[in-house]
Parts: sequence; C-alpha cells; structure tokens
Amino acid sequence: MSNPATLSTNVALDAVKTDITLDGPHGPRPKPFFTPRRIILYSILFVACLYYLFPLYVMITTSFKTMPEIRFGNIFAPPIEFTGEAWSKAWSSACTGLTCQGLSPGFWNSIKILIPSVIISTAVAAVNGYGLVNWKFKGSEIFFAVLIFGSFIPYQVMLYPLVMLTREMGIFGTIPAVIMVHTIFGMPILTLLFRNYFASLPPELFKAARVDGAGFWRIFFEVMLPMSLPIVVVALILQVTGIWNDFLFGVVFAGTQNLPMTVQLNNIVNSAQGTPEYNVNMAATMLTGLVPLIVYFVSGRLFVRGVAAGAVKG
Amino acid sequence: MTDASASERQESGTARYVRQLFTRNISAKIAATPMIVTVLVIFIGCTLWTIYYSFTNSRLLPTGTFVGLDQYTRLFGTSRWNVSVWNLIWYGVFSLSFTLVIGFLLAVLMDQKIRFESAFRTIMLYPFALSFIVTGLVWQWIMNPTLGLQGTMRNLGFDWFTFDWIARSDMVIYALLIAGLWQGTGFMMVLMLAGLRGVDEEIWKASRVDGIPTWRTYLFIVLPMMRGVLVTAVVLAGSGIVRLYDLVVALTRGGPGISSEVPAKYVYDYMFTAGNIGQGLAASTMMLLTVMIIIIPWAYLEFGGRGKKS
Amino acid sequence: MIDNTKTSVSIRNLSLSFGSVQVLQEMNLDVKYGEFIVLLGPSGCGKSTLLNCIAGLLDVTGGQIYISGKNVTWEEPKDRGIGMVFQSYALYPQMTVRKNLSFGLRVAGLPREEIDKRVKRASEMLQIEPLLDRKPANLSGGQRQRVAIGRALVRDVDVFLFDEPLSNLDAKLRADLRVEIKRLHQRLENTMIYVTHDQIEAMTLADRIAIMRDGIIQQLDTPHEIYNRPVNLFVAGFIGSPAMNFIKGDLKSRTFVADGVTLPIDHYAFQPGNEALNANAILGVRPEHVLVGEAANAVPVNFESEIEIVEPMGSDTIAWARIGTQEFTFRADAELNLEPGQKIRLGFDPARASVFDAASGERI
Ligand SMILES: Nc1ncnc2c1ncn2[C@@H]1O[C@H](COP(=O)(O)OP(=O)(O)OP(=O)(O)O)[C@@H](O)[C@H]1O
Ligand SMILES: [Mg+2]
Repeated sequence: MSNPATLSTNVALDAVKTDITLDGPHGPRPKPFFTPRRIILYSILFVACLYYLFPLYVMITTSFKTMPEIRFGNIFAPPIEFTGEAWSKAWSSACTGLTCQGLSPGFWNSIKILIPSVIISTAVAAVNGYGLVNWKFKGSEIFFAVLIFGSFIPYQVMLYPLVMLTREMGIFGTIPAVIMVHTIFGMPILTLLFRNYFASLPPELFKAARVDGAGFWRIFFEVMLPMSLPIVVVALILQVTGIWNDFLFGVVFAGTQNLPMTVQLNNIVNSAQGTPEYNVNMAATMLTGLVPLIVYFVSGRLFVRGVAAGAVKG
Repeated sequence: MTDASASERQESGTARYVRQLFTRNISAKIAATPMIVTVLVIFIGCTLWTIYYSFTNSRLLPTGTFVGLDQYTRLFGTSRWNVSVWNLIWYGVFSLSFTLVIGFLLAVLMDQKIRFESAFRTIMLYPFALSFIVTGLVWQWIMNPTLGLQGTMRNLGFDWFTFDWIARSDMVIYALLIAGLWQGTGFMMVLMLAGLRGVDEEIWKASRVDGIPTWRTYLFIVLPMMRGVLVTAVVLAGSGIVRLYDLVVALTRGGPGISSEVPAKYVYDYMFTAGNIGQGLAASTMMLLTVMIIIIPWAYLEFGGRGKKS
Repeated sequence: MIDNTKTSVSIRNLSLSFGSVQVLQEMNLDVKYGEFIVLLGPSGCGKSTLLNCIAGLLDVTGGQIYISGKNVTWEEPKDRGIGMVFQSYALYPQMTVRKNLSFGLRVAGLPREEIDKRVKRASEMLQIEPLLDRKPANLSGGQRQRVAIGRALVRDVDVFLFDEPLSNLDAKLRADLRVEIKRLHQRLENTMIYVTHDQIEAMTLADRIAIMRDGIIQQLDTPHEIYNRPVNLFVAGFIGSPAMNFIKGDLKSRTFVADGVTLPIDHYAFQPGNEALNANAILGVRPEHVLVGEAANAVPVNFESEIEIVEPMGSDTIAWARIGTQEFTFRADAELNLEPGQKIRLGFDPARASVFDAASGERI
C-alpha cells in the first residue's frame, strides 16, 4: 500500500489540487477598500508585479529599438524610432558562431522535434497509465515506483550512456534521438498523470467493457480515451512547454544540423562574434519565448494544472 | 468424483501458470514494454553504467581501465569542481529559502480577498512558462553594466547606483539568484496558495473568535497545517536546484572566470567538450549522490511513516 | 456432490485473497437453471468479490467455477455467457444509449441486422426506445439502470449478475424496477445472481437467498426458511426488521429459564437429536410473532411485563418491554393504544421461535 508510487502520487495530487482550490480566498473578511492596510497590500503586490513584468517590458522595448538608441543607455525608455528590423534579422539573418541564417532553422527544428515528441510521449504515457490501473501484472507497481524514483535522477547521470545507446542505434545526432530522449524523460510524470486520472474513473466502467468482450486496445481507444480529454490537454500543455524549452537534450542529441530554437538562440546571443546587437538578441529571445507564452495565455488555468503536476519532474 | 475434481484443480493450476506467463493479457504486456525497457535499461542500466565507469580512466571513449577512486580524488582536487560545489550550495541555500519565503508571503498577500487576483497570478506565473535560456538572456541584458539597469540609472543622474553583479566574481551567484527567483517564485506562490486554500475555513472562524491576530494565525496555525505542500515545494525546488544548468549557460557561461560554474555544467563540459569522460561520470555520480541525500530521507519519512500507520 | 452439468452455475472450493487478506474461503455454491439467487450480507463480506469471480473480472486464488457445465475458471469474461449490471450503472459516457447497448455485440462482430434486432427487442422490453439516441448524462438514474440492464439483455446470456443494481435509486423507483426485474426473470427464465443490501429485495425476488459473512455462506435457503428457521445467530439477527429478540438463558429439559422466568418451550421444533440438550442458550423471538393481551394467554409461553417505550409506526406500533431484566421488543396493532408504564401480558408460540447454542451460535 505505502510504496514510493503512492507517495509520489500524493505529491502530484497535492500539486494538481492547485487548480481545484484556487477559487475563493479563505483569508480574513475584506475590510473597506481603502484602509491603510489595503494600500500597503496593493503596493507590495504592485511592486512585485513590476519585478515580474520588467524583463518582459525590457525585452519588448529593446527589440523594437535601433542600436544607436540602445547605446544611448536608457533601458526604461520606450522605442522612439519604432522598428521591426531587429525581429526580421533575428528571424532570418542573425549569426551564430557558424552560420547567418537567424533563428528560423532553429524554429523549424524545434517544430520537427516538438510534434512527434509530444505525440509519442503522451501516447506512450497514456497507455502506461491505463495499463497500470486496469491491467496490473506481477511487479507492475514496482516498475512504476522505480520510474517515479528515476525522475529524480539528474539527467547528467544518464546522459553519456544514452549517447552511446543512440549511437549504437544509429540515431545519435538526429531528430529521432531527441524524440526518444524526450519520450523517456517525459515518461515518469506523464505516466503518473495518466495513472492518477484513470484510477479516478469508476472501475466498473472497465469491468463492464470486459464483460462486453472488449480487449486491451479496444477498451483503451473506445472507452478510456474518449473520456480522457481533460488530462490529455494537461499533458499536451506540459509537454509542449517542456520540450520547447529544453536545451540540454537538444544540444547533446540533435546534432549541429538539427539544433532546436533554444540552442540556436543561445548561440546567437552568446557565441556571436563582433559587436553585440542587443535589439536582435532581445527579438530572438522574444521569438523563442513566444510559443510557451502563447500556450500559457491561451490555456490559462489548465497551464497551472499542467505545470503543477509537471513540477514533480523537478 | 473427488479425485476428478482434485486432478482438475491441479491441471488448471498448471494451465493457469503457463497462461499467466505467456498468453494472458498479452496485449497488456506488450503495451507495458516501453515502460519496462525504460526502467530497466535507462533508469537502472544507465545509472549503474555511469557509476561503474566513473571508476575508470576513460577519456575520449569509455574503454578505460579500472582506477578505483582516482577520478574522485582528481575531482575534489580540481578547483573548478570545488567552486561548482560551493556555488551550488550557496545558490541552493539562498534559492530554497527565498523561493519558499517569497512564495509564502506572496501567497498570503494573494489570499487577502484582493481584486484582480487572477491578473496578479497570471503576471507572477508567466516567467515559469519560459525557458531558462530566455530567462538567462533577458537578465543578462538587464544586468549589462554599461547599457542595462546600472547604465540607465547612472545616465539618469544616480551616479552612486551599482548593479554589476554579473561582472563580479564575488556577486555573480546573486545575479543567478535574481534570475532564478524571477522564474520560479510565481510557481511557488501558486503551490502555497493552493496549500492555504486547502486549510479548513473553520480554522479562520475559530481564530477570529479567539481573537488571534491574522499574522499569528498564518504563522503558527496555518503554516504547520500545510506540511504536505511544504514538503512538495522543498522536494521540487531542491531537485530543480541540483540540475541548475541552462540558466548558468545563458546568463554567465560560468563566468567571470570560473566563478559561476555549477556541477551540471562541469559534467557536460568534461564529457562533451574536454573529452574526459571519466571525470564527467565521476562528477555526475556525485550529483546522483546529492539527489539521493535529498530524496531518500524524504521518501523514508513519507513512506516509512505511513507504512507504520497502516 | 451435484453434477456440474445439471447446474447453471457451480462454484467449487472457491478461494480468493487480496495479498494476505482472504476474502472468499473454500466457497461452494450451486445455482440451478433459471434460479434467482440473492446474495445478502453485511458490507465487505465479499459479495461483489464473489460476483466478480463468477464474471471473470478477478483471478481466483483457488477452486473452480462452472457455468452451464463448463469449467470457466480461467476463461475470459466474454466467453462465460454472463451479463453484468453494476450499482453505478457503468454506462460508457461518450456513447449514446444505442451504442451502449450494442457495444458488446459490435465487439463480437455480429451482423448489423442482428444487432439492430436485439437492441430493438431489449429496448422494447425495458421501455427505453425513446431514449436510444441520448447520452447517459441526459438520463435519470432509473433510466440509466434500465439501459445497464439492457446492455446485459442484448447479449442473450444464460446468467445475469447484478451487483446492487437498485441501491442508487430512490425508494419509489427501486420498487418499480424491482418488479421490472422480477417480470424480466419470469419472462426470460435465465439464471440470476443478485447482490443486495436490501432485505425486501431479497425476500421478494429470491428463489433462494445466500446469507454471507466474512466470505463464507452461512445459510442458503428459500426466503421462507431463512426467515423462519435461521441456522445461526448471525442469520437470525441479520434478517428481519426490527431485529429478532435474543434472550439469554439456560435450556433445561425443554424449558427455557431466563433471569428466573421459566418459559416452557416443548412445542419448539428442535433439530433432530437436540431434544434433550441442556445448555447455555439464546432464545430468539421475532417482534412480529409476539402476541399481546388476551391473545397472549392462548399461546404456551406468556408472561407479564411493563411497557417502557412506544414507537408508533402508523399501521402498527413497536414497543419495548422486558423479560426478566432483558430487553424485549414487540410489534403490536396500533389500535391497542399502548402507553409507557402500562402493564401488559405478552406471549409467543415457541414453535415459531428459534433457540441457539450460546457458545457456538448454532441453532439447537
Ligand atoms: N482490490 C482489492 N484489494 C484489497 N482488498 C479488497 C479489494 N477489493 C475488495 N477488497 C476487500 O475485500 C472485502 C470484500 O469486498 P467486497 O467488495 O466483495 O464486499 P461487498 O460484500 O461487496 O461489500 P459492499 O456491500 O460494501 O459492496 C472487503 O473487506 C474489501 O476491503
Ligand atoms: Mg459490493
């Protein structure tokens, strides 16, 4: 009963609860709006928000400035000569140490990595979770427990053997290797997510389908999957942001031709020769951050649920 | 009749064994292979491989001969590694305490029936959606001594204003900290807020009736009731800190000099750029050891304790 | 031993444990073709577990299960010729009622016309035709349970398994569906094994009732026998509402002495061989078998008592009195207008009472 699996389950559940319990404050009763206490309260929150928003502001304004304006040295000032040049340069012609093609190849590489990785990792984890709940076999709980423990092992520990493994498989330095690694390291948290979800469904549903004669895949596709839309969305959000933001696996496994956007971005900003063009750098940074930001603003509350659950990944 | 049923029972017993081993739920077993292979080959196999080869003198290729603890002796004789470890310790202590304290304070503020709560939350959490590379590069620009915040303030006439941590080897760790907190505190706040809201509302009524001041209720009654969330928060923050890598690469590249190096970067650099695999493996084994030191007591407390109860 | 081929469902030495917890122990049960068996017992006694074993949803730890003479112990659920209805309905939420009904048939690969025909027949039988294109979320509880029954019906099976099918419904619907199930059984004449908590359901539906406790069948008999001749204290106390009075005392040469009150029970139908038994015993008397006032004088056992509490129930009244120092409940006609403090004569016919051994709890 009490094994590491249930234990990490609780961690995840605690985390997932975030979503459910976010509405309705429980603090003391509100007082009239403009008491000194309230004013202090809102002032603190306001200052905190400045801290959180300032980098975004700087990123955006800098990216629309010209270099002379930047050299003038006022990071607070909005752009006087509003120009999108830095953006187009960042996208198509900014130089890394090697080439001058901008971020666009990285963007497309990231897309090429993202789509299959997200689909495969989510699918594998969904099947795992379903199997763990409804088709237990001897030792399945132990495998799951090790899987969850494994998610706490630093990636660096498994990095080199994985390089050798992928090299052996002939996929090192190609996109399939990155996909494989994302699937592997996404597995613990996603499996946990799906396992908990399927465990929360009434077991009679599964039993009824068994009596109706349906087998493993049929129950999965016709009964379970149509009911798992909410958790699939959470998993997708989690994986899209996680895989898009990955740096380490991209830089190790993708090979120079397939570097994802984060790696390209770092190369443009940190290994470019000549005088740094801060507007281009910020435009490139903004471009790279755009995908997760869009996911964040569109998904809202679901994102909270996704990252809360995903944070177990550490 | 009894004989027949007895033999039948035996027969079905053997048949059962064979069937369970091979044919029963065959699809379920095939479907479980990715998980089983991942667990056995990656999480167990690769980890053991790394530990084993950390005792060899492998350089460009992992073919080295067994050299006992040599790699570890060299590791702790390397100043870059020692700097990395100390950086991680300092960063870890500050990061952990600040994220927890700031996260809790923000959560308490957010819990005061404020207006625009979801707007505040959206603003505080969005950095968490961004990658460490993006975070690092933005802050690198803000902390740029000549054109960033410091330069701006000086241009505006505040000559005394200094914010050049990124360029000072004694302060660079705090530069990392600022960027790290910017990215992670919002999430801590959300986690803590969930914890606060999970506390029974009756507690508030009771403490109001007893006339206990709000801050005391938060500190001495509510906080201890949030144990589960706090443990989660510490474990999450802790295992994130050990992996600190991308942020350093983007923000400081380990500089100035080696003053902001961290273990994860040491591992990567020795494995993939310096061609000294044995060193990299020994360093990563030390990282594994660190995580185990965090995880095992926690796991023991959580599941050892619960085991006794049930 | 009963020949397996002559029974619809036979359970032989069935055992099941979850880890170290033994839920079913060496169970034996034979169900005749067309019989309606009700499993009754306290929560957690293993009723659902037994049903799941019969359905093939749980792997047994030992023993065999035969359905229609075939050993199905290790068969898949679908190959056992059973249909199952669950308390929580377990309808597939994303499928319409029609899809729900036909899912099993589609899995089995039946031709379209055959599926349509069977769905039509079942939905007519259960009067759910107008609901066929709705999703389960848009049905009431009673309608959902009809659909769930229909899902078992279309599969044309020999054995129906019900796991508390009516427990989630309100009293009125429960009574309606109970009759419906009875009608269905009379019409289909197939075997039904039915788990319930509700004694009324058990009494009204069952050909035979199996009373279970801790994974062991205590008594398997007709409702009449279970009610009138419970084999032990557990069954006696479990069946009947208000519960049977248990009077502690001593059995000596066909008289029962409780707290100095002597009750001659020579009319009691002793189990063969127990007639001359002297033992610490417990006398069980059903509250509804107690006679009051004048009528009490006509039966062999009667005594004077004082009424302590009166609970009017409408048609009749439940009253508390004492026999010696022990509590004694009885049911009386409401017209008697009993009052607390009133002295009254109570009596019962020992032929309708039960006597149990105090040590073993077995019927004497
Ligand atoms: N999967 C399981 N693992 C461990 N124990 C179980 C499991 N399922 C049931 N049990 C235990 O087996 C016993 C019998 O359970 P079962 O569900 O058969 O009871 P029941 O008679 O149907 O009860 P109820 O009337 O409440 O439905 C219970 O003590 C229960 O705790
Ligand atoms: Mg049950």
